[in-house]
Amino acid sequence: MTGLADAAPMQHLMLAPVLLPLLVAALMLLLGEERHRLKMALNVGSCAVLLGVSCLLLLRAANEGAPQAVGVYLPGNWQAPFGIVLALDRLSALMLVLTSLVGLAAALFACARWHRVGVHFHVLFQLQLMGLAGAFLTADLFNLFVFFEVTLAASYGLLLHGSGRARVLSGMHYIAINLAASALFLIGVSMLYGITGTLSMADLSQHIPTLRDSDRGLLHAAAGILATAFLIKAAIWPLNFWLVPAYSAATAPVAALFALMTKLGVYSILRLWTLLFGGEAGASAQFGSLWLIGAGMLTMGFGAIGMMGSQRLGHLSGYAALLSSGTVLAAAGFGQNLLTAAMLYYLPASTLAISALFLLGDVLDRWRSPLEGADPYEPKSEAAPFLNARLEPTRGFNLDEEEQALVGRPIPAATAFVGLAFLMCTLMLSGLPPLPGFVGKFAMLNALFNPLGLAASAGAQLGLTGWTFLAVLITSGFFALSALVRAGIAYFWTAQGRGPLRVGLAEGVPIAALLLACVLLSVAAGPALRYTQATADALHAPSGYVQAILGAEPVPSVAAGSTSDEAAEGTP
Amino acid sequence: MELTLALSIGVLTGSGVWLLLRPRTFQVIMGLSLISYAVNLFIFSMGRLGLATGKEPVLRAGVPQELAHYADPMPQALVLTAIVIGFAMTALFLVVLLASRGLSGTDHVDGIEPPEGMEPDDDGARP
Repeated sequence: MTGLADAAPMQHLMLAPVLLPLLVAALMLLLGEERHRLKMALNVGSCAVLLGVSCLLLLRAANEGAPQAVGVYLPGNWQAPFGIVLALDRLSALMLVLTSLVGLAAALFACARWHRVGVHFHVLFQLQLMGLAGAFLTADLFNLFVFFEVTLAASYGLLLHGSGRARVLSGMHYIAINLAASALFLIGVSMLYGITGTLSMADLSQHIPTLRDSDRGLLHAAAGILATAFLIKAAIWPLNFWLVPAYSAATAPVAALFALMTKLGVYSILRLWTLLFGGEAGASAQFGSLWLIGAGMLTMGFGAIGMMGSQRLGHLSGYAALLSSGTVLAAAGFGQNLLTAAMLYYLPASTLAISALFLLGDVLDRWRSPLEGADPYEPKSEAAPFLNARLEPTRGFNLDEEEQALVGRPIPAATAFVGLAFLMCTLMLSGLPPLPGFVGKFAMLNALFNPLGLAASAGAQLGLTGWTFLAVLITSGFFALSALVRAGIAYFWTAQGRGPLRVGLAEGVPIAALLLACVLLSVAAGPALRYTQATADALHAPSGYVQAILGAEPVPSVAAGSTSDEAAEGTP
Repeated sequence: MELTLALSIGVLTGSGVWLLLRPRTFQVIMGLSLISYAVNLFIFSMGRLGLATGKEPVLRAGVPQELAHYADPMPQALVLTAIVIGFAMTALFLVVLLASRGLSGTDHVDGIEPPEGMEPDDDGARP
């Protein structure tokens, strides 16, 4: 903020991820309901611009030299802790890039057919992106609440997009639990305010070490209540029974975007926990660490077992989202910067894979049962696709009807593409080399064994929680592998009367783009892990973030030259 | 005053949670509303310098401009935001509730009536 005049364009770029979707959504509301093509173009175009802007912000956050690169923007021009503060550090930039990438893919995929099954799809989509971007950028709890509610309100509409009984029922449960979570959020926020007298995250982190001992119990209660609200969003066990029905009932592009929503909960936990209860928090340091680890591992177990028990691809992807969320939370709970770095590498990788799997599931479901796909509003039957007699080889049926050699016959390009994409999702979610699912898990295990770095941690003990996490991590990967391989066999290898697979350009490109991003993440694992390491170091030493926010100076008023009275009035 | 406030928050929250756990959608929405009232009152009680009784809500000429003489504006802003958002969300939930009633023909939260005798504490109110 010090060099605002010279770096003005870059400084103001921080606002774009919030302002652009808001303006585009407002514009689309003014357009008539008939103008699908224009809205489609606006939505996809806005997502593409957002992706470009977030990449610029990421580069800026990565290149700012100092270990804690933080861009601060004061929209109301009040010095922190008063007024609204937006802060962009490496973690926010990473989440913004992930959001806009998944958003772009989902928007493009929706253009194939899903955007027509209800009204205002594109408007709600943009508002959802705005809420997510705002929540990742904001530096105070009040605005975090507001942006959470914007995200949630848009997500209610998106979940109900297309209507139908399954969506309305799961939507009702989703709305009810999120309204309850919002109540908890408010209770936690107001208690924190009552104890410390501030809602700015940076200011909070300064107040906590000097708190009176008589208030510490209240502080922990407030933090626990607030964390519960975030953990409901992050779908931790046992607060996650809403997730799988809701995500599998939602239309595919919406479900792909929702894969990000659990990560919003994880982001909030990570941000606030490291700021409030990091190593500098005195008597409250690492408060709740064991809870995060334990609940995260239970969520992993629940997700892994759920994947094994899933019969539909939508459910499978939903449980995969739970597994990923649990892994990330448990890893974050250890509060070690090396492990956090590995987790921050695993988080975008697994999110991309889950989004791709949701999109693939839509294509595959339509291929398996073309009749069902013809009517997008209501699935014809609730019957599980694997439990029918089609798995049995039909008497007298030969895969090769003309009795010719199967070797050397070309596979249709669309089938080959979808098959390869499914294979890549399997590798990613089960953590097999060479994709980043493996790299991320390997880095996590490495960080578990060497908490201080390879050279410095001779004789470090894993402890009970460490060993348990290791076991759960590897076992859940094996469970995911079995479940996905079984689904792959059922979807690709069983004989059934079905036509050729058709994948439109608007459906193939987003899936390919998401998986290409995974491959890039694997190829560029070195720079990516260095980036996440710098992110984790900054998170676990939050003084840089705190200083940057509290030290940000408001822009002097233009009228400051004339009289001081006018200047004082003109500032806000 | 503190006792009245604490009691009303407690009663509202207790009734709200009980209603939230009931099997009919209307009970759920009433429960959520009661909880949001309780939360709004709770936020007011969390102002700095304790519960503001008999203090000015807005700046006034002649009163020294210190927090000791005014009600804390921060909880008021938070409450206002919470009321607006809570109102909109409740309205949306009401629409979803009616849609669910229309699609499934029942006001049970699961969209299906439980088998007879499976719901011993139900008060027998059927749609």
